[in-house]
Amino acid sequence: MGRYLLRRLLQLVPVFIGTTFLIYWLVWSVPGDPFAGKCGERRCPQQYVDFMTDKYQLDQSIFVQYATYMKNLFQGDFGQTFGGRSINDIIMTSYPNTLKLAVVALLIEAVIGLGAGVLTGLRRNGFLDNLVLVSTLFLLALPIFVIAFVLQWLLGVKWGIVTPTVSSEMRITELLVPGFVLGSASMAYIARVARTSIAENRRADYVRTAIAKGLPMRRVVGVHLLRNSLIPVVTLLGTDLGALMGGAIVTEGIFGINGIGRQVYRAIVTKESATVVSIVVVLVLVYLLMNLLVDLLYAALDPRIRYE
Amino acid sequence: MSDILVSEQSAPGADGSGRPSGRLLEVEDLRVEFRTRDGVAKVINGVTYHVEAGETLAVLGESGSGKSVTAQTIMGILDTPPGFVTNGQVRFHGKDMLKMSAEERRRIRGEGIAMIFQDSLSALNPVFTVGFQIAEQFRIRRGMSRADAKKRAVEMLDQVKIPNAKGRYSNYPHQFSGGMRQRAMIAMSLALDPEVLIADEPTTALDVTVQAQIMDLLGELQRERQMGMILITHDLGVVADVADRIAVMYAGRIVEEADVFELYRKPAHPYTLGLLNSIPRMDERGQELRTIKGLPPNLMNIPPGCPFNPRCPMAQPVCREKVPPLLQVGAGRASACHFAEELVNRD
Repeated sequence: MGRYLLRRLLQLVPVFIGTTFLIYWLVWSVPGDPFAGKCGERRCPQQYVDFMTDKYQLDQSIFVQYATYMKNLFQGDFGQTFGGRSINDIIMTSYPNTLKLAVVALLIEAVIGLGAGVLTGLRRNGFLDNLVLVSTLFLLALPIFVIAFVLQWLLGVKWGIVTPTVSSEMRITELLVPGFVLGSASMAYIARVARTSIAENRRADYVRTAIAKGLPMRRVVGVHLLRNSLIPVVTLLGTDLGALMGGAIVTEGIFGINGIGRQVYRAIVTKESATVVSIVVVLVLVYLLMNLLVDLLYAALDPRIRYE
Repeated sequence: MSDILVSEQSAPGADGSGRPSGRLLEVEDLRVEFRTRDGVAKVINGVTYHVEAGETLAVLGESGSGKSVTAQTIMGILDTPPGFVTNGQVRFHGKDMLKMSAEERRRIRGEGIAMIFQDSLSALNPVFTVGFQIAEQFRIRRGMSRADAKKRAVEMLDQVKIPNAKGRYSNYPHQFSGGMRQRAMIAMSLALDPEVLIADEPTTALDVTVQAQIMDLLGELQRERQMGMILITHDLGVVADVADRIAVMYAGRIVEEADVFELYRKPAHPYTLGLLNSIPRMDERGQELRTIKGLPPNLMNIPPGCPFNPRCPMAQPVCREKVPPLLQVGAGRASACHFAEELVNRD
């Protein structure tokens, strides 16, 4: 276990370096003058251009730039925006919002998705089963912004049950609708995967053994059946975790949440190369760690998967 | 008509005082059908057998003869749908289990009647340790603490002769060898000290040397605990040492039932005869193996008359018309063949 973890962590190093270099290289190679339009209506003075070129080492080779960037990164410095604002600040203020939204979305999709999946898997072809099948089909077919706008308009504007947008306090009640929207597609997938998995395993020999042992039905289902059926669901939830933590450009945008997705979008539009790189680097790191976590969790759920 | 005869006269060894009483487990005129999209398969067509404490009944038959389905019906683990019990009783201590509530039946499972399954790898839950799966019964059914349950589970593993039982407790099923896994399965089924043990082809998935060990172990435990045992098998070699009585099944019926010695000495049904003849013998080396010609009947369309008649070397016109009832032929044995007397009385 310890050795496996160490090996996996070591594997992360080349992946991390590879992806971040690629990002750095791509973002800074975007054609066009990064400082065009930074000085209002007029051309930027040569002084400013020289200063910025020097600050971001634009006259050096990409490798030198990247090395310097990495050196600062390992000292906890994500650099500065072209305007001179600390990128650390931007990440620190927006990332907690993204995390909050991600957790709410994950909980919603796990609870509703799994619940619907288990219930329908146990009792197929009933009313609930058909309801879930049709509603998940809807969720999967509709683009996320449609779901977002419809719910925002219906619940927020027409019926006034919730506030249409999220305030800066990020109250949990305000996050329920955005969380549902963000998790909707995955929720539908989870419900369907859980349903299939439960239905498949329900007739498994070990379930029959558990019944033959005279265990109560809720233990047969809740312990023996569920534990096995959860394996594919956890994989799904896990990969989703990384995606959710990578911010949600659309959802954050529609509900006015100041999250990392919104920040990276803004940075891309305004050609803030340094900000884009730094935020994406953070997201890569989070994604890698989440994947590692899922692999560990996966092996914990299924003992047949061994850490060599 | 013949059904009534079957249920009344098919209990060889009964004292003749009419309705058998005080028997540990008895199945009477059981009928089960599988309703599938393609039609109704009549899987069990009036099976009657019983088992007493301390006795081993071997149920012999080829795949599809209904021996496992009968066992599943006894345990109450028949998959419904497609399987439906259409007739009969399964009495445990004289009480019909098919009429019990789900909760009553559940309580009998494990404590009254336990079962060992054929393929121990799929029958054990892959994501829990072997020890957990044994200890679980002590915790849930006996309300023991975790520590006590673990102690008892290790004892059980020890009883089925698993070396280093304490260390093996926390292994997962896939970390056991096939033989060890079947031992663990036996330990699990015996945990609650059942009165009847149903062993559904317990050695089929094992290699021959291990088969013998497992059968010895089963026989030993059965004698020690004075359990009634129903041993389901298709292997004539397996039953000889362990069984007291044998019931031979064909197409969802019992075609012959006899004391093990009598059955081997002089089978009273052509199907049993065919089975015995098909065992390879050392003195016939080099010769072609003898087989029973043909295939078991399609259970959705069982031929009229005796279900064995299309394959029977002795078949006469009467065999195609009348279903032979299971009738007593001599002391403690019964056969469902129109010519049973002739078979028994030949030299």
